[in-house]
Amino acid sequence: MKMIEVNNLKKSFGKLEVLKDINMDVNSQEVVCVIGPSGSGKSTLLRCINLLEEPTGGEIFIEGDNLTAPNTNINELRQKLGMVFQQFNLFPHKTVMENITMGPKRLKGKSQSEVKELGTQLLDKVGLADKADVYPDKLSGGQKQRVAMARALAMEPHIMLFDEPTSALDPEMVGEVLQVMKDLAEEGMTMTIVTHEMGFAKEVADRVIFMDEGFIVEQGTPDELFNNPQNERTKAFLSKVL
Amino acid sequence: MMETINIILDGLPTLLKGMGLTIEITVISLILAMFIGLILGVFSITKSKILRIISTAFVDIIRGTPLLVQILFIYFGLPSVIDISLTAFSAGVIAITVNAAAYLVEIFRAGINSIDKGQMEAGRTIGFSYGQTMRLIILPQAIRRMIPAFVNQFIVSIKDTSLLSAIGLAELTLSGQSIYAANFRAFEILFAVGVLYFIIIYSLSLFSRWLERRLDVA
Ligand SMILES: Nc1ncnc2c1ncn2[C@@H]1O[C@H](COP(=O)(O)OP(=O)(O)OP(=O)(O)O)[C@@H](O)[C@H]1O
Ligand SMILES: [Mg+2]
Repeated sequence: MKMIEVNNLKKSFGKLEVLKDINMDVNSQEVVCVIGPSGSGKSTLLRCINLLEEPTGGEIFIEGDNLTAPNTNINELRQKLGMVFQQFNLFPHKTVMENITMGPKRLKGKSQSEVKELGTQLLDKVGLADKADVYPDKLSGGQKQRVAMARALAMEPHIMLFDEPTSALDPEMVGEVLQVMKDLAEEGMTMTIVTHEMGFAKEVADRVIFMDEGFIVEQGTPDELFNNPQNERTKAFLSKVL
Repeated sequence: MMETINIILDGLPTLLKGMGLTIEITVISLILAMFIGLILGVFSITKSKILRIISTAFVDIIRGTPLLVQILFIYFGLPSVIDISLTAFSAGVIAITVNAAAYLVEIFRAGINSIDKGQMEAGRTIGFSYGQTMRLIILPQAIRRMIPAFVNQFIVSIKDTSLLSAIGLAELTLSGQSIYAANFRAFEILFAVGVLYFIIIYSLSLFSRWLERRLDVA
């Protein structure tokens, strides 16, 4: 089944046309990495997929539901889409546990003991079982990002979106975050990841999408895209980053 | 010296009663102003143009006219055209409320805007509505940062209540006036009035500094 379907998506900010005509699908359990130069529209694409940005044109379907239709309940639909940001965006006035449990408690009507168990389980999964009661400002960047992932997973999303989850991290913390993402991929989570980590994309992605200037220029398996790119722009970009 | 003290002591019960009224009016007004300020503050940052205009118009009108004129307008002006009769107390509360609210709108707006927009986005992507995100995530952080400004507005409003003497409300200032109108000891009585204001305001400043340190608002 198609988890995400994007048809003729366009997005402009004022006169600046950032997404020009994007068509893409993400299948169930597929891991798609989006790469491309700075300013090519990768974040904007991801942000359109959960309606943090309002598309200027085109359609987006999430598990068959039209995201852009006027009668769509966006708050409900968003629960299916977990999002992890470059800047973590943890809630600083809540403990790690509260960050994780707030969503399922308020939005899914789960009891305190249920969400506590869920939270403990997720913290275990991201290797931070001992941090349940601390506040985010006591965590390292890598730890914050792992909590952010646990927070997104707490809503039991069907799809996870990542926007450069390791770009704000010190190099020594990148590995721990990528590891959690690898584990998720192995469990069969459907994931769309904007990343500059080419090694990670090669290893984990089922498909890699190369974007440039608001278009999807080329896509294929990591092997096709990295070892045998067809488009000149893809070649030029890869020669710079590999 | 003894005489001065006696004059002040004689006037003190009246002055303390006035001081009580001053505090009462300020507290009631500030509580009401907080609701209006919050609502109009949120209006001022919504996408709706109409709500933003309502908020801006309110703030501009109130801040663009002298408080004394507003007080007189509410107490003498309004009842002459619409059929209401306000006590000096209610007129005073309305005037101080409306005035404080106009400043609190800006305080709320600045406080909400000072929260990183990633917080709203994180709340929304979890699935919270705009209102839920505001209530659970943005406001708790913003209000913490607003506390010093709130206390400051409290202090300003306490001083503002002295203008209510113009409509015959026996708050601290008018209580003083009524005493020296009878005993002609304006120096001693006004000195005592000033000291009483200072005590309230200075304690509030100390409280605000203590809160700031405790909440570690940068
Ligand atoms: N809210 C906005 N208002 C105006 N312009 C924007 C906005 N968001 C993004 N842009 C512009 O859209 C273009 C694409 O931005 P986007 O963030 O999607 O690029 P990106 O591919 O994610 O780049 P990077 O690798 O640097 O994160 C850029 O030129 C950016 O300045
Ligand atoms: Mg980006």
